[in-house]
Amino acid sequence: MTPTVLWATVLVASVASFALKLAGHLVPQHWLATDRVQRTSGLVTVALLVALVVVQTFATGPALTVDARVPALAAAAAALALRAPFVVVIVVAAAVAAGLRALGWG
Amino acid sequence: MSRPRSPAVSAAVRQGVSVSVATGLYGVSFGALAVVAGLTVAQTAALSLLLFSGGSQFALVGVVAAGGSPLAAVATSSLLGVRNTLYGAVVSPLLDVRGWRRWAAAQVTIDESTAVAVAQRDPQAVRVGFWATGLGVFVLWNVCSLLGALAGDALGDPRAWGLDAAAGAAFLALVWPRLASRDARLVAALAVVVSAALVPVTPAGIPVLGAAAAAIAAGFLSPAPRARRGGAR
Repeated sequence: MTPTVLWATVLVASVASFALKLAGHLVPQHWLATDRVQRTSGLVTVALLVALVVVQTFATGPALTVDARVPALAAAAAALALRAPFVVVIVVAAAVAAGLRALGWG
Repeated sequence: MSRPRSPAVSAAVRQGVSVSVATGLYGVSFGALAVVAGLTVAQTAALSLLLFSGGSQFALVGVVAAGGSPLAAVATSSLLGVRNTLYGAVVSPLLDVRGWRRWAAAQVTIDESTAVAVAQRDPQAVRVGFWATGLGVFVLWNVCSLLGALAGDALGDPRAWGLDAAAGAAFLALVWPRLASRDARLVAALAVVVSAALVPVTPAGIPVLGAAAAAIAAGFLSPAPRARRGGAR
């Protein structure tokens, strides 16, 4: 993306984000109170985040690859299972990937 | 203050402050990842100030880093922001604010402020918890993501620091507490299959949107869970 396009992307996404937040404060509550809307919204959030994990960890351009990011993700999952705080999870993952690459793998 | 604060209100403030500090710290990783993805420090700061929703910010940066289109970046970020609409509908009647304060409340309506607000019982503690968390996260998230962006600029090769792996870990940490229900785990598995299948055959950004579309279909087509009798836990 060119700098101008990237700025436009940042600003349009920001306007959309605020509009979504404000809409929740303005619409009558019962519009959003149906079980199906609540449930689908929760599931979409899960699907987006999981897909982002997959893409960030396994995609190299259009190819699916296994490199240092995979053991790093496994280490992050272990840290989460041990109830580590968010910042520790991130640091553990980065350290595992950086360490493996320093050793010449992935 | 002329009145002593009730214990419930003090507890809400303490929760808000601790959540703000924890969230702020991970703002450092957002800032570093954003500049590594190709955003300028100013663009990174604009996202934290204006977009202000962690998951959406990480997602937008992830799509940009992968070379996705502007449309895919905005769509992914906005779909993740839809949950803030539901949070707004939940907290709005509890806050009961008008005018510019309502706009301020909307901007700080995020996972953390909603979670702390709805965890309170006393109505005043709900309001104090919402504002303490929302404003606390806003300030610390912005300061820390700016520091992260400045540090990220000085880091050099992001792969040598494992920052590409940190991005995947960040999304995993965001989704982790949402995987408690069986439905959520099924949709997570579906999202793995759909996104992995789409990576080789679609432009960057589309695999993530494909997984979201699959989740919408699953949410609307599957039978709604029956109301449990005799009092759920």
